[in-house]
Amino acid sequence: MLKVDGIWKTFGGITALMDVSFEVKRGEIKAVIGPNGAGKTTLFNVISGVYKPDRGTIFFEDRRIDSLGPVKIAKLGISRTFQNVELYGHLTVLENVMVGRYARTKAGFFSCGFRLPHMVREEREIRKKSEEILEYVGLYDKKDFLASELPIGLQRILEIGRALATEPKLIMFDEPASGLNDSETKNLSAFIKKLRDEKNITVILVEHDMGLVMDISDNIVVLNFGEKIAEGTPHEVKNNKLVIDAYLGEEEHF
Amino acid sequence: MKKHINYLVFIILIILFPIFVTENYTLSIGIFAGINTLLAMGLSLLMGYAGQASLGQAGFYGIGAYVSAILAQKFGIPVVFSFCLAAFVSAIAAVLLAIPALRLKGHYLAVATLGFGEIIYIILNELGPGGPSGFGDIPNISFFGYKLTSSREYFYFIWGTVFVLIIFSYNIINSRIGRAMRAIHDTEIGSSAMGIDVSGLKIKAFILSAVYASIAGSFYAHYVTFISPTSFSLFQSILILTMVVIGGASNLWGAVVGAVIITVLPELLRKFEELDVLIYGLILIFFLLFLRKGIVPTLAEILKKKGNVNA
Repeated sequence: MLKVDGIWKTFGGITALMDVSFEVKRGEIKAVIGPNGAGKTTLFNVISGVYKPDRGTIFFEDRRIDSLGPVKIAKLGISRTFQNVELYGHLTVLENVMVGRYARTKAGFFSCGFRLPHMVREEREIRKKSEEILEYVGLYDKKDFLASELPIGLQRILEIGRALATEPKLIMFDEPASGLNDSETKNLSAFIKKLRDEKNITVILVEHDMGLVMDISDNIVVLNFGEKIAEGTPHEVKNNKLVIDAYLGEEEHF
Repeated sequence: MKKHINYLVFIILIILFPIFVTENYTLSIGIFAGINTLLAMGLSLLMGYAGQASLGQAGFYGIGAYVSAILAQKFGIPVVFSFCLAAFVSAIAAVLLAIPALRLKGHYLAVATLGFGEIIYIILNELGPGGPSGFGDIPNISFFGYKLTSSREYFYFIWGTVFVLIIFSYNIINSRIGRAMRAIHDTEIGSSAMGIDVSGLKIKAFILSAVYASIAGSFYAHYVTFISPTSFSLFQSILILTMVVIGGASNLWGAVVGAVIITVLPELLRKFEELDVLIYGLILIFFLLFLRKGIVPTLAEILKKKGNVNA
């Protein structure tokens, strides 16, 4: 479904990604792990079109996407969440999800200003779909709160709800468990699995919480200083000598 | 029904005001309050909703006034069309301003728009008919043969326009376009990831605010029938900003309240003679110290809290 091939990305003199290649199959949960500064978030930004890679190609469903911007990539069906939660704090919970429908709706400026019939119909549809999503993620009773009023755990859930509103085929989660406690993290991992199983969404995940990663991933890519040093099932990665040396050994996560 | 109560109160006030107030001088203050409301609404949409600061609104105001006045007076174009053409020119100017301004944020954007306003001001001084002293004999507003002459007609016309544009603005605010504009105010990276074309929407917000200011300018020119560049200087831009800040940038009704206060206050303070500027300044400082979010949002919060207690 997604094929990343030989990606390089440098910022000034720093090489953030060095010849990174991997593939994600449809319906897979793929984790990207590595120590701080390994290039995980940069990788997400390259895939989602925030940065253009210096070299290398990215194919999504047989379509080359490495030269497209974030708007086009979102429309193709790749959505994401952010490490630092990029919600719209001044908008309500419901409105946040409604913004997620932007790429899938088309009423123009004047249709909106004069509330032309097709815009009103579309708006009703946006609201209905967004409320359904809020039901699905369990935030319906909070729909009129401002997004900034939610605790961090629910903000992360809302961000996932907003991503769902774009009707994604692939969602990239950037550290979804950071700031969550143990039980919240457990719920989250069950929720991500549920998304894959019920909505048939492919998942890429950057995460530091090794419990979560080992629990839900089908496959793991390990980055270190911008380089892929290992790839495989959780079991293979856990026992990989390079991985233990470079990363896991020093922090004793297991 | 409860949702529309403010519209109802607003329209009743508009209808009643000229019936009870017949004095031309007071009516003219009401008309200027309407012009200022249009200006403040445009900036409120741009700054309060889309999050783009502007200190150049007087530039669009001036374009609206000069283009419409010149077209009507020198070329004999019917005033309704001159309004539209002026708005079109302002929209183009807004795109020209927005393209370099897209790279800038916050204070830097404010300074860039300030530069734009100054450029327009200089152009009006150098190239405008009559130069710095301006020109007069601008035709009155007329609709297909019916000419507006009395203050009451002008009052209804400007406030009717305000009313329609408030509805138009709220329609935008509560649509996919408006939500996306408010979204880029909070986070641009989080918006583009949702498929929102951030630059395109910012340009639209600039155009919208420019057209509002332009309509205000055209109206001003054809109401006063005399214009000179001083009405469109930096001071005017700062006044518009003050209206929005005092009323509350995060709420369109704040623009209405702010504009009315800033228009009426100097008139009320006339009787203090030399002290008026001092008192005016003190009142503004009071607002900024104690009602930092602006009058309307602060009141809305208080009402909401009371409502919760009662329930």
